[in-house]
Order: sequence, then structure tokens, then C-alpha cells
Amino acid sequence: MRHDYVTGFFALIGTFMIVYILLPLVVIVGKQLFDWEMLMRTLHDELVLIALRNSLLTSTATMLISLFFGVPLGYILARKDFKGKSFVQAVVDVPIVIPHSVVGIMLLVTFSNRILDSYLGIIMAMLFVSAPFTINAARDGFLAVDEKLEHVARTLGASKLRAFFTISLPMAMSSILSGAIMTWARAISEVGAILIIAYYPKTAQILVMEYFNNYGLRASRPISVILVLLSLSIFVILRWLVGRSRNA
Amino acid sequence: MLRVENINKNWGEFKLQDITFEVKNREYLIILGPSGAGKTLLLELIAGIFIPDSGRIFMNGNDITFLPPEKRKLAYIPQNYALFPHMKVYDNIAYGLKLKKMPKNEIDKKVKEIGEILGISHLLPRKPRTLSGGEAQRVAIARALILEPKLLLLDEPFANLDIQTRSKLIQEMKHWHKELNFTALHVTHSFEEAVSLGDRVGVMLDGKLIQTGEVREVFGRPKNEEVARFLGFENIVEGIGEGKVLKTNSILIELPVEVKGKVRIGIRPEDIIISNEPIKSSARNEFKAKVLAVEDLGSLVRLTLDIGGIELRAFITRSSLLEMEINEEKEVYLSFKATAIHIF
Repeated sequence: MRHDYVTGFFALIGTFMIVYILLPLVVIVGKQLFDWEMLMRTLHDELVLIALRNSLLTSTATMLISLFFGVPLGYILARKDFKGKSFVQAVVDVPIVIPHSVVGIMLLVTFSNRILDSYLGIIMAMLFVSAPFTINAARDGFLAVDEKLEHVARTLGASKLRAFFTISLPMAMSSILSGAIMTWARAISEVGAILIIAYYPKTAQILVMEYFNNYGLRASRPISVILVLLSLSIFVILRWLVGRSRNA
Repeated sequence: MLRVENINKNWGEFKLQDITFEVKNREYLIILGPSGAGKTLLLELIAGIFIPDSGRIFMNGNDITFLPPEKRKLAYIPQNYALFPHMKVYDNIAYGLKLKKMPKNEIDKKVKEIGEILGISHLLPRKPRTLSGGEAQRVAIARALILEPKLLLLDEPFANLDIQTRSKLIQEMKHWHKELNFTALHVTHSFEEAVSLGDRVGVMLDGKLIQTGEVREVFGRPKNEEVARFLGFENIVEGIGEGKVLKTNSILIELPVEVKGKVRIGIRPEDIIISNEPIKSSARNEFKAKVLAVEDLGSLVRLTLDIGGIELRAFITRSSLLEMEINEEKEVYLSFKATAIHIF
């Protein structure tokens, strides 16, 4: 058999990218393991625990809100052709283009004190930057469902809403959930907009910055490691669950 | 039971123009047309998936033109069967009954009953993607028939199947139609399905329903050249099969295989041999016939012949016509081989 040089070459180049992503992860976790005492102390720091809880709660709330508003929008974008549809689609993608610090400024200018330093402010910042993942995933999920299936369900006696809940939604579910997980992940990693809108209540990602600014690299490392490991494990578990349900 | 009146619909590249027809109670009506004729769009209008631009649709006298699909009490089987891939076969079939909130044990009984009739009992626990084309089609039919719909709409139901599965399903469909007493509107491009299953047949070309009538009549007397060309011009004879013989009112036709019961057979005009005297040949069927009409088609001539009340058409060359001195009213002999017969 002849050797496949092209694939080999591409794989070699691609490996650099993977190493580049994994290396800092491995280094920071590895270094922290040699500083076990500091890690333990951080894990018992009430400030850190509260910040972690805040991060998890706000990003989960963001995910649920994005599902509630994003799924119907995704369905409309997949099924209907209307005037201004490309405009609507462009609007959905706008948050990806805007620098996150600017998002924070815009939201603050628009809603001012009502969202300043509150849970609402954190969630609004997260929702703005992360909702497109759910909307676009829902749209793609519904696009993959043959409209004929809904038609047949209708002739079998299902109302439009019933056909949506019994046919389209279950079939698009794994795609929607993948999008929701991305939304969750994007939300918990958001810093820029939150920094401007809501320095308090303290979230873990803000706390990392604060420790770095006030006490330096060594102090911010343990909480960074905890945050990374926590979000990564949740991300991986959710992805695994969705993947499993898809193959069922 | 279903009456479609002056339906018009403009839908992208498909256009329905002034469609009017009727499906009678318990009838099996076939609409025959090439792909792109607008057959699917017509079914979708009747099913309520789209609303016509103008015209009316009546079901048992009630205007259903603007009724949503779920209120029409008819079943629609699209060309790709549209089984719900996330549900098991059992749940696919039970879907309509579950919506009706029928008790679980009653649903169970009904699903098993229809599964038995359609020969798919062993498939009930499977997922649709594991089914063959023929199996999927049976499941789609079961899912529709379990609701005892007033009308069954079938879009090219046998088009994606291999020849063997297809002819088997056509035969079984005949049987189910008799046993389960439903009314069917079936659209297809297949000549064979039309002749095998249709009580009546309509021919649809370019969004227009050109001709509707008894199968023999439509095939025997195409309304215009377009219809004739599309149908491929066959001679269709109806009769009762008794072993290797087909009995009609007046003549006996020898068949290549044994058949039983009411059947239709087809003979292509080019397979019919005309002679002035009885001839000794391998052709098993020979009849005395009277020439009813002579049509000039250029180098070929089309004869319409009568054998005991049955009209058949045959092609001969112009030189044969002159040589044999054939004209209207002349008596000739007509023969064809048993193997040239197509049994539907």
C-alpha cells in the first residue's frame, strides 16, 4: 500500500493546534498540583465558593432563558420565509461581532442603574453574548426535520402545536441541547461585559481578575484551575449525555 | 365522497389549472401523470397542507377547502412514507390513536390487529431506519389506515421499491382495499399501478386533468394525442381469468400463465398481426375481426378492429394496407402470441 502523505502531513500540522490548546491547560493544572496547600486553602475560601456558585447559577439561568426565547425563533427561521428574514438572521449573529466590553457599555447605556451590579445584569450580559448559539443550533435542528413529517402528523389529527411538540421538537432536541451547552459554556466564560455591568455580585471569572490585579499570578492560579476543571467537566458530561441520547 | 371543483394553484414551478373531479365512495381512483405534472401538489391541497388560490374541495357534501388538515379525517401517505424516525414502528402506528386519547389497551389491540393484516407484526418494536422500503411502506399504510380515514391519499406509494416488492404490494393493496373498505386517491406515473388498481383513472399533464374515466375507456380512447403518447397506447381487455384462459363476454383469449378472477390484460398494437386468411403460426390467439377505422399516421397506419364487441388497435405499414386492400368494414384475421400479453 502506498503511504498517504497528504493525510499524514495535514495531521502533523493539525497536531500543533491541539498541542497549543492543551499545553496551557496541562501546565496550569500541573503546576497547581505542586502547590496543593494553596489549592486547599482556596477551596475553603468562602469568597471563592460564593463566586463559583454565582457563576454556575447565572450561566445556567442564561441557558434556560436562551432556550425559552431561542427555540421558537429558531423554528420560525427554519420554517418560514418572510420579508426581512436575512435581516433577522443578521441580527442574531450581531453579538458575535461586537467586542464584549462594548456589549457591557451598550447594555449599561440602555438599561442604566436597573441592571448595575445585580444578578439580572450578569445574566443579561451573558444572554447577549451567548444566545446566538442556541438560536442557530435550534434553527439547524429544525431545518434537518423534513416538513413532510409535520404534515403527516397533522393529517393524523395533530394540531400545529401538537405536531411541533411530538415531532419537530423531539427530533431537533439533540441539536438544540448541543447549542444550549455552547450557550452555557460561553456564558460561564464571559468576562468583558460582566466586568462593566456587574462587578458585584462576584462571579468566579471576575474574582480571577481581581486576585490577579491585587495579589498577582500565584494568587489567581488556584481559582483559575478550579473554574477550568469545573466548567470543563460539566461541559464534557453534558456533551456526552447529548451524544448518547442522539445515538439511542 | 370527495369532490374537487375548479381548483387553481400557483406554487413555484408547479401550477394546477382548473382541476375538477370526483372520487366515489369506496372507489380506488388513480391519477396518472408524469413527474412534474402537479400530482403531489394536488394531494397536498386535498390534505389541507396548502390552500388553493381558487376553487372548492368538498367531502361528503361539506366544504373543507379551508379546514386545517387535522379536521379533515383523511390520511396522507407522502412519497417517502414520512415515518417518524424517533419513534418505534409501534408508536408510529399508534400516533393518531394516542392523539385521540384512546385507552392504552384499546390502542394496543388495534395496533396488533392492523399489524396482523398488513403483515408487519414482527416489525413493531423496531425503529423505522432499520426497515426496508417495502416494510416502511406497509408501516406508513398501517399508520394511516388504523384511523379508519374516510379517504386515503397515496403519493407514488410504490415508486421507490424494487420490482418484486412492488408487484407484491400492488396485489396486496387490491386485497386490503377490498377487505378494509377504504376510499383511495392514488397518484402515480406508473401505467401498471393504474391498470392494476384503478377502478377509474385520471390523466394529468402539465397541471391539467385532461381525462378521467373507466380504465379501459381512458386507455382505449385517449382524448387527445398528448394523452395517447403518455399512455403509450395499449389495448386493454377486461375479463375473468380461468386457468390459462381469459373469458370476456364474447371471446376466449389464451394467456401465458394461469390467473384467477377479474383481470385486465394489455396487448401492444405492434404485437398484433393482421392477415386476410387464417394463418398457421405459433400465435395462440386468432380471431375474425372487422375493421372499424383506418387512420393515417404517415408511414404507419392505425387500424381499429372489432372482435365480438371488443375494440383493439393495431399498426400496419402503408404498403401492407394497400397490398391487403384493407378498408373500413372489411373482415380480416387478427392474431397475437400469448407471450405478447401483459397481465395486470
